[in-house]
Amino acid sequence: MGSETSPRIVIVDESPIRAAILEEGLREAGFTGVTHISEMHNLLARIYALDPDVILIDLENPSRDVLEQMFQVSRAVRRPIAMFVDQSDSASIQASVDAGVSAYIVDGLKKERIKPILDLCISRFNAFSKLQDELDRARSALEDRKVIDRAKGILMKLKGLTEDEAYVLLRSTAMREKKKIGEIAQSILTASELLK
Amino acid sequence: MTTPLRIGFIPLVDAAALIVAVDKGFCVAEGLDVALVREVSWSNIRDKLNIGLFDSAHLLAPVAIASSLGLGHVKVPIVAPFNLGLNGNAITVSPALHAAIMSEMEGDPFDPMATALALARVVAARRRSGAEPLTFGMTFPFSTHNYQLRFWMAAGGVDPDEDVRLVVLPPPYMVDSLANGHVDAFCVGAPWNSVAVDLGVGHILHFVADILVRAVEKVLAIRQDWSEKNPDVLTALIRAHDRAAEFIEQPHNRVEVARILSSPERIGVDAEVIQRTLDGRLKISPDGTMRESSRYLLVGRQGAARPDPAQAAWLYAQMVRWGQTSFSPQALKVAMAVFRPDLYDAALGREAKPIEASDAIGAFAGPAFDANDIAGHLAAFEIGRPKP
Repeated sequence: MGSETSPRIVIVDESPIRAAILEEGLREAGFTGVTHISEMHNLLARIYALDPDVILIDLENPSRDVLEQMFQVSRAVRRPIAMFVDQSDSASIQASVDAGVSAYIVDGLKKERIKPILDLCISRFNAFSKLQDELDRARSALEDRKVIDRAKGILMKLKGLTEDEAYVLLRSTAMREKKKIGEIAQSILTASELLK
Repeated sequence: MTTPLRIGFIPLVDAAALIVAVDKGFCVAEGLDVALVREVSWSNIRDKLNIGLFDSAHLLAPVAIASSLGLGHVKVPIVAPFNLGLNGNAITVSPALHAAIMSEMEGDPFDPMATALALARVVAARRRSGAEPLTFGMTFPFSTHNYQLRFWMAAGGVDPDEDVRLVVLPPPYMVDSLANGHVDAFCVGAPWNSVAVDLGVGHILHFVADILVRAVEKVLAIRQDWSEKNPDVLTALIRAHDRAAEFIEQPHNRVEVARILSSPERIGVDAEVIQRTLDGRLKISPDGTMRESSRYLLVGRQGAARPDPAQAAWLYAQMVRWGQTSFSPQALKVAMAVFRPDLYDAALGREAKPIEASDAIGAFAGPAFDANDIAGHLAAFEIGRPKP
């Protein structure tokens, strides 16, 4: 960061995990003045109290429109926003929208100091969505296992099979019908529900 | 062959033509395979349209103009060949502010001049007693809501930048903010005014149709370069919307339309509340008082869907009046060219009509609006802050 002071960065995000991931990344990169806002009421007043140079907000947040009024010069706006990401560079807008984040740069911050913040922000947001995907996949795998266990139980009871035989039957049916084992198991549960 | 399209929308009743065009199969019938994407902010809609993540969008009319002029953001030329709705907004005030305005009221409470003058007296009394200025919520700096609130209160002598606070609030947060006192009033589209009344936290003071007889609200927005590269798709899209608007305006279809819109992936609000807006019959007070207007929200009827460049000129004039830009004849031309009645006429095979010279806006205050005399329009109003 050289001798210049670290810019003040505000992260507006209702997801505490994502905000923590981003905050950690920024601190590691030497940006020490990072604050997280998770409460959306009176957002503008909260932001003014912190007087940031850069505001980062996730795109799932309806309060993004609240920040847009900081472009307007008025009594309500003390330091107007100079730009959104980088107006000359549509690739960086694209990258940030894809990642699900946008950055507002308050008047006065030098342009060359913005890029590392934005790049870091985009990569952390992308890392978070990857993590989220993995979590979702793990969760659905767990769901599948529960369904398969219950289907096995039904097969064991109705057909007098052992647990291994029940599983083999599920697997071979899935292969024959070109479906996932979880889907076959689910249809067994549905059928047994209907036939009750 | 069907053309895949991604179209963004905000869950508001004035997205009806778009939602019905898709969900009733009018788009498919025109060979369009539309994926509707629900968004949470106008900034997102604007950015995703600008960078091509959306082919088209349900957009605030002033944002289409601001984007084409490069105001407040990156300059991306937009065309608006179909109005999704005229009017449809309302001004809702807290019970306390409602009581204060009514106690200062002289004349008809549905007359916006009478309420604006009463508001001015309330504001003056608050200042004398050292109370905090009133706070009004609206949806976006470049929004009809912003200009409608300003036009109304300024006519009564209230300076929207000096005498009160105007703050941007996302529509889904409006009702909460009114209930917990963060704002004293707001201007927003349906269904949020009705939601506030039903919860007993607000009174609908005005339909926007009281303030402006015909106010373009949302448009179907498309990037100009895209529209030029895909003229046939554009035509198909306009036709599908025209059929949808016609369907919505048949009173016997309203129950079905309200049901389609109420689905959780669309607007996600009770069908009965949505239908009130479509019918223009609204509960305006928690005590159950009803009010009806034949022009509460116009989706296609009375020529509402056909873009009118004079409407764009009026919106541009408001941007100048409130200091969002300075006037230039060139910018006025660009603003007016965003609204494309020619594309609308061509797509629907209707005869091109000359643009009528008469006042297209019907504002309750000031002289009739003339798009060729923006300076005259601005000079007619005392309050405003054009850039030097």
